[in-house]
Amino acid sequence: MSYAIRVEGLGKQYRLGGSQQAYSTLGERLGAAVTWPVRLLKGELRERAETVWALRDVTFDVKQGQVLGVVGRNGAGKSTLLKILSRVTDPTTGFAEINGRVGSLLEVGTGFHPELSGRENIFLNGAVLGMQRREIAKKFDEIVEFAGVDKFIDTAVKHYSSGMYLRLAFSVAAHLEPEILVVDEVLAVGDAEFQRKCLGKMSDVAAAGRTVLFVSHNMSAILRLTEECIVMERGQLAFRAPTREAVDYYMSSSFQKNGERTWAADEVPADAAPFAPVALRVKDPSGSVVETAQSRQPLEIEFEYTLAQPIQGLRVGIYLQSMRGEVILTSFDTDDPVAFEKHGTREAGRYVSRATIPADFLNEGQYLLGVNASAFRVRRYFWDERALAFTVDAMGAPGMHWPEPRQGFVRPQLAWTIDRVGAA
Amino acid sequence: MSTAVTKSAPSTKVLIRPQRGMVGLNFRELWNFRELIVFLTWRDILVRYKQTLLGGGWAILQPLLQMLLLNLLFGEVAGLPTGDVPRPLFTFAALLPWNLFSNAVSDASRSLVANRNMITKVYFPRIIVPLANVLSGVLDFAVAFLILVGMMIYYQFAPANLLLLPVYVLITLLTALGVGLWLAALNVHYRDVKYIIPFLTQFWMLASPIAYEASSIFERLPQQWQWLYALNPLVGVVEGFRQALLGVPVYSENMLWVSLASASVMLVSGLMYFRSMERTFADVV
Repeated sequence: MSYAIRVEGLGKQYRLGGSQQAYSTLGERLGAAVTWPVRLLKGELRERAETVWALRDVTFDVKQGQVLGVVGRNGAGKSTLLKILSRVTDPTTGFAEINGRVGSLLEVGTGFHPELSGRENIFLNGAVLGMQRREIAKKFDEIVEFAGVDKFIDTAVKHYSSGMYLRLAFSVAAHLEPEILVVDEVLAVGDAEFQRKCLGKMSDVAAAGRTVLFVSHNMSAILRLTEECIVMERGQLAFRAPTREAVDYYMSSSFQKNGERTWAADEVPADAAPFAPVALRVKDPSGSVVETAQSRQPLEIEFEYTLAQPIQGLRVGIYLQSMRGEVILTSFDTDDPVAFEKHGTREAGRYVSRATIPADFLNEGQYLLGVNASAFRVRRYFWDERALAFTVDAMGAPGMHWPEPRQGFVRPQLAWTIDRVGAA
Repeated sequence: MSTAVTKSAPSTKVLIRPQRGMVGLNFRELWNFRELIVFLTWRDILVRYKQTLLGGGWAILQPLLQMLLLNLLFGEVAGLPTGDVPRPLFTFAALLPWNLFSNAVSDASRSLVANRNMITKVYFPRIIVPLANVLSGVLDFAVAFLILVGMMIYYQFAPANLLLLPVYVLITLLTALGVGLWLAALNVHYRDVKYIIPFLTQFWMLASPIAYEASSIFERLPQQWQWLYALNPLVGVVEGFRQALLGVPVYSENMLWVSLASASVMLVSGLMYFRSMERTFADVV
């Protein structure tokens, strides 16, 4: 059996942007002045010599026709690995050998232009993804049908709803039929119906004997689609095993459970700057950090972070999720327009954003907290969908006198009334 | 569906490894991506006048207004000579290559940053982005050229030597590409470029014989320093345009060669710098 992908000793070092260099001696100053034009041309003037390894000494191979899952926390190096494999960025060390045309679904909608029609964008996007014009023309109807936008195909895509836009974008990418398909978290887009379609498309690709590299936080999708997985941790390959084993390893190792998650400097991805997460905590009403919260009590979520520079339009928020990764709610600290107005620009400094999840809300069980810091449609600074897990105890919650597990994520106190409205 | 594709897609073997030092231009790869060049050029043309009131009318109006303004300033106010050629023709024939050049340079220099979402997500030879921007300007050029043809008919001016004109157009495009590549690559690291471009084009325009005769500058310079003025490739190009279209004799053929040499240096150095910076684009842009 031949290899579709062979990766050996692959590493990627990023330079961290930062403050201006300081020169202490006259000699250094002179030296700096002499080398100034060279550093200008190399683009090094704005940067410090500080570096991080986003990927380090990664070695693995993927056999032709294999579907390999890649799991790991954010910042573990998955995206960097995919970027190198799709040749967007060069590795710093090591090499990768690739046999076959690579198509990736991480570039959904790349090259789309808002002023152009759906039809024009299909051709443009297809060309960007490496399809020949004839190939696109042949699959055109199929693409349009898959996306379900046939009525609007000659409308500029800026008039599309975000759902239509994403469906069309995904549809083009999905009809690129490469020998090696790289998929990164595409299932995060679109509604449930469309996600089912996407998963179906992916199993088709796998069933046709092509090689798939599948990156996802959605463990049920990983379990369904892959037989083997690699687990990435801090830029290194931590574990490779059959999927079930790998997922267990990942789930047990990948998040803390003591009610607090802290980020060391080297865990913060380089591209998060000027944002840097410090800690995420779950607290009870008395203010102590708890691993297990009470369903009958309010629960405080506290996210501490620093900004090295002011950020305009920042919103910091949480995702509350089930252990299987289904999102129960999303909430941002500037959801309130008044708060958004007031915190239009956050100056540099240390911040804490707090939210209270009301009492009588969550059912018993385990939950996952994710965090996100972004400026809407401008930039996502930092996000970690699996930052912290915590447990909810339902003592005293409705219906506890029946010793049976209760379905659902929420367990509110509903105001029931029982009226006798007549004789039998 | 899938079996057909496995047959049609040629198996390719790619080795990905760190690259260092100088890299040449991979013409074969560019050829493989020729459709993308065409599509991006086509996109830039389609998008250029979208959501404008006059649409493509701008391609006509812009050079005409420019010509009127320059004629007013340099003709009516300053009273600079234009030889035997009517001033509108004299200016317009120079504005043709100048606008092709300046639009291409300013579009190309912004192109990498404007297309960052493509550059950070898909692989293709990055040079295609500024190249498409330069090429898309040819359509505006063609429109302006038709206006000039109309003006020449009106003034009953027969073209002198059209054979060399495509060569001058090519030199304009290649110079614009060279300068555009420099600025585009620099713009990835330093957005200051965005602020420099308006000054650069203004200065460059005044340093080119658009509204005045090249000879008026050449004659003011001592013989051994005349080549300094010709280092601006646009000097040679504009002289060439006026000669090919209007029969205005060039000041000195040697100066054309200086301009050509200078254009070549700009192109080759631009290509080399761009290629050596290319691998950092996705990480920095």
